Amino acid sequence: MNLNKFLKGLAIALPIATLAACSSNQQTDSGTGTQDTNQQQQQESGVDVGAADRTMSPEEQRQEKYDELRKEHMIYFAFDESRIASEYAELLAAHADYLVKNPSVDVVIEGHADERGTPEYNIALGERRAKAVTEYLRNLGVNSSQLSTVSYGEEKPLVRASNESAYAKNRRAVLVY
Amino acid sequence: MMKKLVILFLSLSVLTSPLARGALEIVITEGIDTARPIAVVPFRWNGEGPAPGDISNVVAADLMRSGKFNPIPAAAMPQMPSTSGEVDYAAWAGLGVEAIVVGTVEEYSVDRYTIKFEVIDVLRGQITGGGSQMLREGELVASNDHILDARSSVVTSSQFRQYSHRISDVVYEELTGEPGAFMTRIAYVTVNYNDDKPYQLMVADYDGYGERVLLRSNQPLMSPSWSPDGNKLVYVSFENKTAEIFIQDIYTTRRDKLTSFPGINGNPIFSPDGKRIAMVLSKDGNPELYIMTLANQQLQRVTNNRAIDTEPSWTPDGKSLIFTSERGGRPQLYSVNLQSGSVRRLTFEGEQNLGGTVMPSGDQFVLVNRTRGNYHIAKQDYPSGAMQVLTQTSLDESPSLAPNGSMIIYSTTHNGKQVLALVSVDGRFKARLPAREGEVKSPSWSPYLR
Repeated sequence: MNLNKFLKGLAIALPIATLAACSSNQQTDSGTGTQDTNQQQQQESGVDVGAADRTMSPEEQRQEKYDELRKEHMIYFAFDESRIASEYAELLAAHADYLVKNPSVDVVIEGHADERGTPEYNIALGERRAKAVTEYLRNLGVNSSQLSTVSYGEEKPLVRASNESAYAKNRRAVLVY
Repeated sequence: MMKKLVILFLSLSVLTSPLARGALEIVITEGIDTARPIAVVPFRWNGEGPAPGDISNVVAADLMRSGKFNPIPAAAMPQMPSTSGEVDYAAWAGLGVEAIVVGTVEEYSVDRYTIKFEVIDVLRGQITGGGSQMLREGELVASNDHILDARSSVVTSSQFRQYSHRISDVVYEELTGEPGAFMTRIAYVTVNYNDDKPYQLMVADYDGYGERVLLRSNQPLMSPSWSPDGNKLVYVSFENKTAEIFIQDIYTTRRDKLTSFPGINGNPIFSPDGKRIAMVLSKDGNPELYIMTLANQQLQRVTNNRAIDTEPSWTPDGKSLIFTSERGGRPQLYSVNLQSGSVRRLTFEGEQNLGGTVMPSGDQFVLVNRTRGNYHIAKQDYPSGAMQVLTQTSLDESPSLAPNGSMIIYSTTHNGKQVLALVSVDGRFKARLPAREGEVKSPSWSPYLR
């Protein structure tokens, strides 16, 4: 079941990733230039060229998925909670994998809270969330020296509104590379 | 009906008076009808040209903002006396006015003025006709016991506001028996997301006048708190992308970093003698209370518990802290004796109780109570007693007490923005202090500034 979900996700994620690589010539230019010109030439010539899916090794597939997952940096929490929901397992595994393979990379984990409760209590709560993420990454083999935390409590809301959906977005931990 | 009109007129006059227009407006939402009627008669200017400054409006606004008095508007006054000799006691007593303040302003020298004022007990004056007598050394002399206070001072025009607050202090103390807290300031944090440096540490007179920026930052600022001498603020800044505690002299701009431990460096509070600072540090694992002695920067660990311990507040004797702890599962208030280390739970009502501050009298504390998901300011007897919820606004937090213990300033949410609000400690008087722009939070009331 989990594998099924993963394959579906891959089916959506892969074309998007390819598309993104083609169209985004404004930001990360390196390496995509030749592809762009190639495709442009093909479009102009009036023929459609198809391509077969390249068979990837399981490791390559995993890496591709992890690269995709690592674009997401946020983990959301329930009210007054610092427990990491199971839906973030793969996301955090992807970050851990990257950090283990790149021991010189450091990450700061920011903890945040919604505006309910006192600012000082929310600083403590934000730290507990950040530390829950740190602990999770350490258990996946990440070196402690790569991880640090800062709690902003309720001081830096992602969504500036006083309703449940804003609160849900503001109760978060953010991995900042 | 008449009363309503008077109230309406009064609020209008306060809101539109140029002297009432500070950085923070005041909107009184409850309690003016239970306040004692008094009158602050416009002081007579005995000089050429326009009067050098307004005094009576500042004094009236102060007394009204105390929640204890309802100064009647000038238009409703039966006469405009400027000395006790001119007062028609029956006319004032007929209006139900308990006391009146009268005074004069005269030029003394270049930009120096003599201000004289009297605080008069209308009812006593009516009984004695203003001519009471007493025996002194066998002779009958005028006692003037209806004149509660009479003073005279020479001030410059730039000192008019400050001297007006001084008059308010005198009037308040004569009429309530407790010192006034009108010569005080508040520190607070404003957030204006449109600015390149959205976070500002501000200080203003308690009524919002004379607002000054003490620090602007592109990262959050938190928890300003005053030194007992009123010269310094200690606060938390994230300017280096981590929480650090700073002390800043509000007059010289001198600024020193006090702590920068890994993790939380939070909620610094000066001890009543100003020699130590209680704070929250998580350097040893999770948030715990510590006390730093300023002279040698030595740290004393106060709590040692796996749960969150935060929000320290000193008892006035400096011998205990009250604090918020999750050691019982949910945040509740506890006290810890700093000599014996013994800890005692203080609150039991509602889902959560946080942010406790001990009153200057030491026999009560104010706190943030959460009941059915609503956060309100409440008070409770110290060390034990029943809790009384004081506010009905929403998401109330960061209560700070006036140094005379009469009024609480706190942060609340109104129309989706954080604003400051006032509530009297008896819960009767309520007002909102909306800012002109941005959000305002973390208010901290200064000690007496004299």
